[in-house]
Amino acid sequence: MKDIIRGKAYVLCNDIDTDQIIPAQHLVYSLSDHEERKMYGRFALSSVPDSLAGLPDGHIRFVKDDTFKSEFNIIIAGKNFGCGSSREHAPIALNIAGVEAVVAESYARIHYRNVVDGGFFIPFEINQHIYKEAKTGDDIEIDVKKGILKNLSQDKEYKLQPLGDVEAILRAGSIFEYARQEGMLK
Amino acid sequence: MPMTLTEKILARHAHRDSVKPGDNVWVDVDVLMTHDVCGPGTIEIFRREFGAGAKVWDRERVVIIPDHYIFTEDVYARRNIDILREFAIEQGIKNFYDVGSPNYKGVCHVALSEEGHTRPGEVLFGTDSHTCTAGAFGEFATGIGNTDAAFILGTGKLWVKVPPTMRFVFEGEIPPYLMAKDLILHIIGDIGVDGATYKAMEFAGEGISGLSVEERMTICNMAIEAGGKNGIIAPDDKAVAFVKQRTKIPFQPLYGDANAVYESVKVYKMKDLEPVVAKPHSPDNKALVREVKGTRVDRCYIGSCTGGKLEDFMAAARIFKRNNAKVETYIVPSTTEVERRLKEEKIDGETLYSIFQRAGVKISDNASCAACLGGPPDTFGRLSGDEVCISTTNRNFPGRMGSKGSQVYLASPLTVAASAVRGVITDPREFV
Repeated sequence: MKDIIRGKAYVLCNDIDTDQIIPAQHLVYSLSDHEERKMYGRFALSSVPDSLAGLPDGHIRFVKDDTFKSEFNIIIAGKNFGCGSSREHAPIALNIAGVEAVVAESYARIHYRNVVDGGFFIPFEINQHIYKEAKTGDDIEIDVKKGILKNLSQDKEYKLQPLGDVEAILRAGSIFEYARQEGMLK
Repeated sequence: MPMTLTEKILARHAHRDSVKPGDNVWVDVDVLMTHDVCGPGTIEIFRREFGAGAKVWDRERVVIIPDHYIFTEDVYARRNIDILREFAIEQGIKNFYDVGSPNYKGVCHVALSEEGHTRPGEVLFGTDSHTCTAGAFGEFATGIGNTDAAFILGTGKLWVKVPPTMRFVFEGEIPPYLMAKDLILHIIGDIGVDGATYKAMEFAGEGISGLSVEERMTICNMAIEAGGKNGIIAPDDKAVAFVKQRTKIPFQPLYGDANAVYESVKVYKMKDLEPVVAKPHSPDNKALVREVKGTRVDRCYIGSCTGGKLEDFMAAARIFKRNNAKVETYIVPSTTEVERRLKEEKIDGETLYSIFQRAGVKISDNASCAACLGGPPDTFGRLSGDEVCISTTNRNFPGRMGSKGSQVYLASPLTVAASAVRGVITDPREFV
């Protein structure tokens, strides 16, 4: 886990559900096949309605046609991020597209658990409507240890909620690594 | 210490006298279910973490039910089934409901109960968010991701945070124009799609005990649409009898204490409730049917784990018995058992199958999830343009049924059938 994450923000609204993150028709690619795996990145966030894709203006593709990585590595969103299905393909798709952190007001339960258990990105929570202030493309710096987000483009600073117990799992890399470190698994 | 039903089940499976909300406990798992979408990923993680020659913790307790992308030419989707088949053979898993075999069942949540895998007092995890459906049998049932499922495959255990319980009581008997779907859409509309996040939703009252087991499944199915960890209903004689008919495996029902502490209690009076829809694009976007009646629809869809059970088709057939569909209407039985019974169950001497055919409804020959979640382009009933669809499915976020240009309304089978007959959203009270 990095101590400092720097990059560009992609801003979304409330209730981004797992079908918007990775539509069901794409859940068929093998994750162990290098070429097929890339397709999850290509279609990440592809079902977000165009007007809401990259706020405040919208109509900004998260991953451009025929590419597999996003130019945005930090997602800023409202409440209930990842609601809907239990598909682990959702956090994996964001991971493959290059997402390192999501900053949302809250998460859907299964999605949050999937993110942490697989160590796919850092799911930060914030108790401010930051998604209404940030603009897609803003330069962001997150100090993971201090729990501080700086919007360098707007010269604003925000306090993130502590990661709590899940920080140990994220630092271990996955629930399996964590369970081994704790002696729960051989 | 008094406990709710959910707390009691988790305490028993954590081998503790009691648990309270917020406790993190390791529980023994009774049943792990996986399907074709998440099974291959789960198997891959299992092999990576426990070794290529690893065996699952208990082959009797693993249930594999392909159901999502079954009847498609998509080569990747077909490969997923092959991976499940190979794994079932390798591990000696007999509860594998293989496509193309006489054992094929259809939608996992309905098949689980038909085959006796849902039992009161137990803990069931599944790699599908609607696993909470099984709470209708008085068990703790919830959806998990591939990593958690792989962990269970290897160990038979998982850690869970004990949720606080929100109780929803329905007073009075359900009137003939309302269905379970109306009740749960009322609740989701009231508390929002994150209103029960990290919480158990317990349903009770005369209005719930009067419902069939199938209708109770519809209510618990959609607990996840409010963000709930699990939905649960105390098992009564009806639920216990249903389970005993379908399994020889012994089980011990549990019940919440009379003085259990609930995080909240909300009471609904059945006589005050009206048929409802969830408008596009969220299950909590509630409107009374009479507020949106007259809205043009291009397509009607009756199917899925929450709307494709026998009782759902019985309700729809009551309306199609004397009225034809005016717009494209699709019917997808959730399981092969439901498919068979469509040709057996009758209203006034005519089978449901015949009623639907005569009404001009398109009936799928294949039980599966079909268009509920979009799927490959050749999926039966899938949306592909800017259609307006009214559906008995459980989720209407953008793009869910296959096209992000479409608009999906969620409603009860009665409301969908009434709307099919008029070609516009219609209050079922005009027919029932």
